[in-house]
Order: sequence, then C-alpha cells, then structure tokens
Amino acid sequence: MTARTAEGTAGRSDDGGPAPLAPRARLLPALGAVYRAQLSRARVARIPLLFVATFQSVGIMVLLRGVVSGGDPAWSVVSGSAVLVVAFVALNLLAQYFGQLRAGGGLDHYATLPVPPAAVVLGAAAAYASFTVPGTVVTAVFGCLLFQLPMAHLWVLAAVVPLAGAALSGLGAALGLLAPRQELATLGGQLGMSAALLLGVLPAGRMPELIGWARDLLPSTYGVEALARTFAPHPDWPAVAGDLGICAGVGVLSLAVATWAYRRAAVR
Amino acid sequence: MKTGAKQVEHGAPVCVVRDLVKTYPALRGRRGADRAPAVRASDGISLDVRRGEIFGLLGPNGAGKSTLVRQLTGLLRPDAGSITVLGHDLVRHPERAARLLAYLGQESTALDELTVSLAVETTGRLRGLDARTARAERDAVLGELGLVPLAGRALKKLSGGQRRLACFATALIGERPLLVLDEPTTGMDPVARRAVWAAVDRRRAERGATVVLVTHNVLEAESVLDRVAVIDQGRVIACDTPGRLKELVGEEVRLELVWRDRPPLDVPEVAALAAGARTAGRRWTLRLPADQARSAVTAVTAGPAFAALDDFTLATPSLEDVYVTLGGRAEGLVKA
Repeated sequence: MTARTAEGTAGRSDDGGPAPLAPRARLLPALGAVYRAQLSRARVARIPLLFVATFQSVGIMVLLRGVVSGGDPAWSVVSGSAVLVVAFVALNLLAQYFGQLRAGGGLDHYATLPVPPAAVVLGAAAAYASFTVPGTVVTAVFGCLLFQLPMAHLWVLAAVVPLAGAALSGLGAALGLLAPRQELATLGGQLGMSAALLLGVLPAGRMPELIGWARDLLPSTYGVEALARTFAPHPDWPAVAGDLGICAGVGVLSLAVATWAYRRAAVR
Repeated sequence: MKTGAKQVEHGAPVCVVRDLVKTYPALRGRRGADRAPAVRASDGISLDVRRGEIFGLLGPNGAGKSTLVRQLTGLLRPDAGSITVLGHDLVRHPERAARLLAYLGQESTALDELTVSLAVETTGRLRGLDARTARAERDAVLGELGLVPLAGRALKKLSGGQRRLACFATALIGERPLLVLDEPTTGMDPVARRAVWAAVDRRRAERGATVVLVTHNVLEAESVLDRVAVIDQGRVIACDTPGRLKELVGEEVRLELVWRDRPPLDVPEVAALAAGARTAGRRWTLRLPADQARSAVTAVTAGPAFAALDDFTLATPSLEDVYVTLGGRAEGLVKA
C-alpha cells in the first residue's frame, strides 16, 4: 500500500513519466461485490414487492381457473404466471432502479470507480433475477396443484429463471438507462411487464396474427414456452432446449445493450 | 538523489487545468421556445493544485464548482481545454480518473439502501481491493471516523450528517493520492466535521495526499484550506491563500447593522451610510476603512439612531468580503 503510494507520488510530469495507475477492479470480483450489495438492498427494499409479484401471478391463475380447465392452455397459464414473476422483478423493478439511479446521480458513484461497466450491469441484473427464484417456484408449484399438472420437470425452472432473467433484466436495465426521464423508465418497465403478462399468460393459439408476432419478439415468451412444454406427458426436449437457447441468445444481446447503455449514461 | 527528488516533489503539480470550457446547451421548451439559455458553466478555467495541498473551490450554488469537479473526475467531457492529473491527460483518457483519484459526490443514491459497513466494503472492492484487504481497510476507516456504532445500519436510516460521513468513508477506502470532495461536511455536526478534517490531515501528513474541496462555506474555507480558487459564473476570479486573499480587501472592515423597524434616515450620519450599504431586509452590510467604521459605530450607538438599532456587528474581513470585493454575488455563501 505504502509502496504503491510512494511510487504514485514520484515520477510525475516534472521528472518525466506520469504516475502509475492504481489497478482496475477485475470483472468477476467486482461482479460478485455488486451482486452481494444488490442482493442485500433487494432483501431490505424489495421483499414486499416480491410478495406483490407472487400474489399477482397466483391471482391470475385463480382467475383463469374458471376459464381454462386443463391441457395445453393450462400449461401456458401456469408457465406464463411463473415467468411473470421474473418479468415483474427483472424488467419492471430493474428499469425503475436504473432510471432512479441515473436521475439521482447515483451512477456517478460507480462511474468514478475503476470497475468494468459489465460488472455493474450484470451484478445488478443477477441479483434481481435471483431474487425472483422463490416467487417463481411458489407460483409454479401452486399452479401445478391448481391445474393438476405434473411437477416432475419443474427442475427446468433452474434454467428458465436465469435465462429469462438475463434477457428481461438486460432489457429492464437498458430501458432504465436509456430513458431520457425517470418517469419514462418506470413507464417502459410497466409496459414491458404488461406485455409479458398479456402475451405470456394467455394461450398463444387464440391470438390475432399481429399480436402473435409481438409475442414472438418478447424474450420472456421463449422461457414461457420452454416451461410449458415440460408439462406435456412426453416433453419435446429438443424444442425445450431450442427455446432456452433463444432465451440465452437474447439474454447475451440484451445484457450487451444494457452495458453499452450504462457506459453512455455514466459519462456525458 | 532520493532526498533531492523528494524536495522537488513537495509542491509539485498534481492537478493542472488549462483554459477549461464547458457549455450546457440551451433547453428547448415546446414549440421551439427557449426554456433556458445556454450556460457557460466553465468559462476558461485554469488552475494548478500542488501535492499535499488542501485546495478549495469556493463559490455560491450555480457558480460552476460542481461542473468543474465533474470534469476533473472524468464524469463530464469538457468542450475545450486540458486537465492533467498526476501526469495523465484526463480529457483524452477520462477512464483513468477512477484509478488516480477518489471522488465524493453530492448524491448517495447508489449506496442508500446498503449498510454503512457493506457500502464501504463494496466500494473498496470496486476500487480494486481484494476481499481481505477491503474488509481490513473497511474496519480501519470505520474506526477512524467513529462509524463503528452505525456500521450495521442502512445509510438511508441515518441522519443527513451521519450519511454524509458514511459516504466520506467510501471515499477513503482504497487509498488514492488525490481526493476530490464535493461539499463533504454538509449537514454534519462539529464532531463529524472534526473527524473528517482529522482524517484528511492524517492522509496528507503520512502519505502526501492532495485534496480538492468544493465548498460554499466561508468559515470552513478559511479554517481548512491552504489555497482557494474563488469561482463565479464559471470563471476563477481569484486564487491564493485565504490570508492573502483577505489582504485584497485591505484595511476595510465589515459593519453590519440590523434595524428594529425602518432605518432612521432622518439622522444625517445614518443617511450618509445608506448610500454605501448593501440592504437585505432590515439588515445593512457596509464595508468601510477602520476609522470610518469606528465613527459610524459611534454615530449609531447614540441618540435616535441607537433607539432604532436592533443589533450590530463589526468584523474583520472574511472570504465573503473578498468575494464581494472581487465582484461575485455573495448571496449563496454560507457562514456556519
């Protein structure tokens, strides 16, 4: 420490070269630190909202129980409701968080630390996504009981939550960081979640063509479909893997966009 | 060689700013009407901050102090001019700022929901410390600032001054040779303020740390700063030690008169003073040579003038007087 400081004060412009730079924070340790910090703040501030998200999804399933009796539509309802919890937290709340951070000058704190932008975005996204796990599991189990679906393949959630979480939280972070005003970030997050609700929960077969396309564009759709397929008596595993692959691809893309948006927002 | 280098080094430039210009574009309202005109927030600023100094930027709100430090810290790109910190060109490489200096901004939104302990530790990790060093430095900094009793509490549950002190702790962890502090003591009680200045002094004495401090508090500026740049409307209107700046005001002293109701302008001596007074409600502020001030005090402390007088103070010049003498608008400065 002392040695570094001593070096740091020698060798300034008057006796030649510039002072050595302090080391950068490396990606993974920085990501871990952001993740841990975000998880702790989520624990304090977001538990009530997680309850809201879970009750919302459970409520939707109870409502639709009267309309949908079982089979293919029931698979969509249960998996759509479970992924909706991810959309609520990862898309909606993260868009709000980054919108608020940007508007309130909070990004300055990160921007004046030698931390890779990806670590901040990925750490926050991962924390929000992992925070959705309990709500998603509760919703899925409740849905299976309500519609008498098999729970044997619910382990697929272990892939659906992180992949859909990555795609949606990248989208949420990008929305929050790119929106010119904080209110627009909130609005964008809300709209995204509404889209995930309407397009994900309702069975796809009954939608008009245009809405069907919108559904195909929404990253959460592929998470919903992957989970829905596993309720079948003989799940089409290659199709499940294909859906999850699309989710992963969109996730990488949306997190890359979010990282770019962070860089853009941090230095003006 | 070694000692020679050391002597050259003391007072060597740490931060060199030349002809810095930053203009915020005009805000356009609806239908193309200008809502706010363009603002030249940095208007040709040049500064030299030397090693081991506590260098102040003094001015009222809106003078351009924060815009200047945001450029020093790489958060804002200047339109023109150069910034060199420890030999690095920060206009060309703004990302290097984070590896040369620690910045305490005015906002704490990023940390508000964390506990004091986690906020400090996380910042240390993000400043490149490994886990064990970050924990050790966290404990040392919390102890040094007297924050141990608050370590487990979330920042947003703390009072304004305590929260500010916790944010200051995040600026200290992961030692940097240059600290850029934007109004660090806002809302702090005297105990916390002392902790801040003691911590700054320790880093300066032991490691030759340099501090750039933004303040609009005149008393604080006079007591802690080695040199101060007085900023008004994006320009440096003076830059020297507080003592030498006060010599600019020379022999003048400041007389403040507070009237009970209306000033008794029918008293000739009072009427004579009225012309040179800066009026704020019932308060008059006058800057006078010492002998004139004495006779003015004699005049207002007798007869009908005294009956109308609520209070008066006579004081030697402060940096606020310097500011006004140099043509600045003193309304935004704080004396506390």
